[in-house]
Amino acid sequence: MPKQLCTFYIADLFLGLDVLAVQEVLRASELARVPLAPRHVEGLLNLRGQIVTAIDLRRRLGLAPRETGAESMFMIVRTDNAFVALIVDRVGDVIEVDPGSFEEPPDTLRGAIRGLLSGVHKLPGSLLHILDADQTAAVPAHAA
Amino acid sequence: MKSDLQQQFIRDMVAETDEGLDRYDTAILRLEKGDAPPDTLNEIFRVVHTLKGTAGCLGFHSIEKLAHAGESLMDALRTGTLGMTPDIASGLLKLSESLRRLLRRVDTNGNDGPAAEIEAQAGQLLAMRDESAATDQAGPVAGGVDPGDSAFDVAGAGVSAPGYGATAPDASTQPAVAWGLFDDAPGAPAEAPAALVSAPAPVAKAVPATPAADASTAAANNSTVRVDVALLDRLMNLVGELVLSRNQLTQIAQSRTVRPESVLEISQRINLVTAELQEGVMKTRMQPIGNVWAKFPRVVREVARELGKEVRLDLVGSNTELDRTILESIRDPLTHIVRNSIDHGIESPARRAEAGKPPEGHLIMRAFHEGGQVNIEIVDDGAGIDLARVKQKALNRGLITAEEGARLSDRDATALIFLPGLSTAEKITRVSGRGVGMDVVKTNIEKIGGSVDVQSTLGRGTSIKIKIPLTLAIVPALIVHAGGERFAIPQVSLVELVRLEGESAARGIERVYDTPVFRLRGNLLPLVFLQKELALPPAAEPDSAFNIVVLQADRRSFGLVVDAISDTEEIVVKPLDLHLKGLPMFAGATIMGDGRPALILDALGVAQHAKIVGDGQEHRGAEGLGRAADSAGQAEGKRTQWLLFSLPGRDRLALPLDQAARLEEFPAGSIERSGGREAVQYRGQIMPLVRLSQHVGGTTDQGASEPLRVIVYHDQGRSVGLVVGQIHDIVEHDGAGQKNGRAPGLLGSAVIGGRITDLIDVPAILHA
Repeated sequence: MPKQLCTFYIADLFLGLDVLAVQEVLRASELARVPLAPRHVEGLLNLRGQIVTAIDLRRRLGLAPRETGAESMFMIVRTDNAFVALIVDRVGDVIEVDPGSFEEPPDTLRGAIRGLLSGVHKLPGSLLHILDADQTAAVPAHAA
Repeated sequence: MKSDLQQQFIRDMVAETDEGLDRYDTAILRLEKGDAPPDTLNEIFRVVHTLKGTAGCLGFHSIEKLAHAGESLMDALRTGTLGMTPDIASGLLKLSESLRRLLRRVDTNGNDGPAAEIEAQAGQLLAMRDESAATDQAGPVAGGVDPGDSAFDVAGAGVSAPGYGATAPDASTQPAVAWGLFDDAPGAPAEAPAALVSAPAPVAKAVPATPAADASTAAANNSTVRVDVALLDRLMNLVGELVLSRNQLTQIAQSRTVRPESVLEISQRINLVTAELQEGVMKTRMQPIGNVWAKFPRVVREVARELGKEVRLDLVGSNTELDRTILESIRDPLTHIVRNSIDHGIESPARRAEAGKPPEGHLIMRAFHEGGQVNIEIVDDGAGIDLARVKQKALNRGLITAEEGARLSDRDATALIFLPGLSTAEKITRVSGRGVGMDVVKTNIEKIGGSVDVQSTLGRGTSIKIKIPLTLAIVPALIVHAGGERFAIPQVSLVELVRLEGESAARGIERVYDTPVFRLRGNLLPLVFLQKELALPPAAEPDSAFNIVVLQADRRSFGLVVDAISDTEEIVVKPLDLHLKGLPMFAGATIMGDGRPALILDALGVAQHAKIVGDGQEHRGAEGLGRAADSAGQAEGKRTQWLLFSLPGRDRLALPLDQAARLEEFPAGSIERSGGREAVQYRGQIMPLVRLSQHVGGTTDQGASEPLRVIVYHDQGRSVGLVVGQIHDIVEHDGAGQKNGRAPGLLGSAVIGGRITDLIDVPAILHA
């Protein structure tokens, strides 16, 4: 069965999350800062009366920080055990992928993305990195 | 299929009776104790009587029959032909249990099951009544049966008059005639004799139905909520206002020219109304903990009776409100703890007498709001936890190693009871002792973000403290600003506000070494600068005034210095995400009027972060009061003499005089070295010298040629010379001072002779 993925971009990475885990996508708004919070936590967001923790995916993935004033979007991710806003650079289309194009991450993959990446889809001209929604929204082991 | 109207009746009956039966249970317990108001019996009689009538109308004959039997027994109590005995109380309590079970079945299946199931119980209830009637008749003292009583309930008399058991066939046919009026299920009379004779069998059959039914009660309880009528009226008014505002808004939207002021006016109105509406609806979700506690008197009674113990239960703070969902999830853990306390904690009356305690055990359940959390304490005066035994048990089960066991602090050892598979009960009872339980309690409470803490004194009792976050709870809070951010401080931890302006701002804040303090009515108040504590950027325009929010945490107060103080507001507490669980200084977050989130400060967490109170320190009972103060001045309340002196750069220091032997002066040239340390020859011995300036700060560059002023100090049988600068005076002071946790080598500081003086902790320096 083809799977639907919500795609987005961070720096020059082309990423995707299972569309069922993504509740909504919002234009970035001002956040309430949390002093002394772990580095990957950008702040708190009021989502229609609910308080949602915003996580900077760039920091989470170990990428260079976003330039000040650069555009960003919030992806509200809701899974069985998490409810967070992921901050991404740009949101792409919802696409259908062929399960046949899926491949596990290479063994040589290093860095912060290792535990978050469930695999890649080989699309014509690009590789779509599939993030595991649960892992991405979970508390990183070292920041607890 | 039942008609809608009938469904509605059934729902009402279930809901009404549920409440009625809660009152019924409490009333029975009070009646048994003998402290019930005179009308109590009538009241609970009505509960059962109403149920009987409604159930009869709706065709639930098992309920009707059981209620009837209970009613007959109660009537005997009411007319005074029968006195309350523990057996009767148990019978009546079992009645409410069975009625609840039947009601649950009605709620889920739409029928109340075969009448045969309850036949035995109904028989027992009636037998109980007749037993006394029989004795009454036998003994002339009681004056016989009230004839009106028998006339009152024909059916009851029918069953009872022939006696119980002996003429079973009579008993069964007789009611069949009486009950024919209500179109009873055919076959029930035929089953009845069997039920009467072999009473245990139907009871056993009925029991397995309970667990499944239990789950559905929760559902039934959750589907309705009692709301204060005044609150409901207020909500209705608010909705009315909202409609009016909407009408105005639509009108404006249609008009050609719009005055900006009128839009502003309406937006303000809508803003206000929605906020109040939101708050009102939130309040409907809050329920007093008493709703859950109501069943505990009964649990306690039953468990205690089963174990042959006497227990008195006190409930304190029943009206503490918390969110319904939380209320539901603490029901089971609390029941477990209570059962545990009675089973493991409180001793048998004989054992208590041996230990010199009153035979009746005392169990207190206390609930209160503190620091944005709900605290629930379950305190017993029982045997306490035998730590040695707990350790041994954990060792035997392989949960800890011997080495670990030896290293465990008392506190950690107590925490072992939360390990899965550990039970300290000598023998396994039906109530507890299977080693599943406390770990489940802990997991369940942690699941809702709470924590459990146990403190126990062997032979004195155990207290279990549960802290639950006030998810969704509404608390009044003070809004403060620091470093450009807003924070809410729950009013419960707030003591007072102090504002220092102009001259007093410049001079008001003093320092104990490097720790800022403020003199609040003669006492030193340690200060914490919120902006620095949270590593926030400094305010854009620093205010020359100081705003000090005096907070109470763990029985110690401290001043939180903030940039600005705005209003107090009722805030809705929302829990923080797992990502932010590691930040103890925040109790949660809330959404402010402008829609932006703000963090809620936790006074204890801030104090711990600022090291005002120790990390592991929790609220202790009254006996723990002043522990910290004790360590600051061992002689609290007793006036001791203090030697005032100064060091170059530190002009106000004091140490207790009682251990100072002499004051001496040594020429600079007499200093020699012994084992790498400075020493002098003093009365034929080598006396090591300790330069205080190296331990408590101040400059060391004393003129090299100046003679040394030394306090000869006795420490564990040898003399030590403390090198000081100037010696000023000897004063009397009670030594009570503020502890400040930061500076090493200091006991704390006190106001002596009108000035802040640091008290030197000599043993700490000598053994550093």
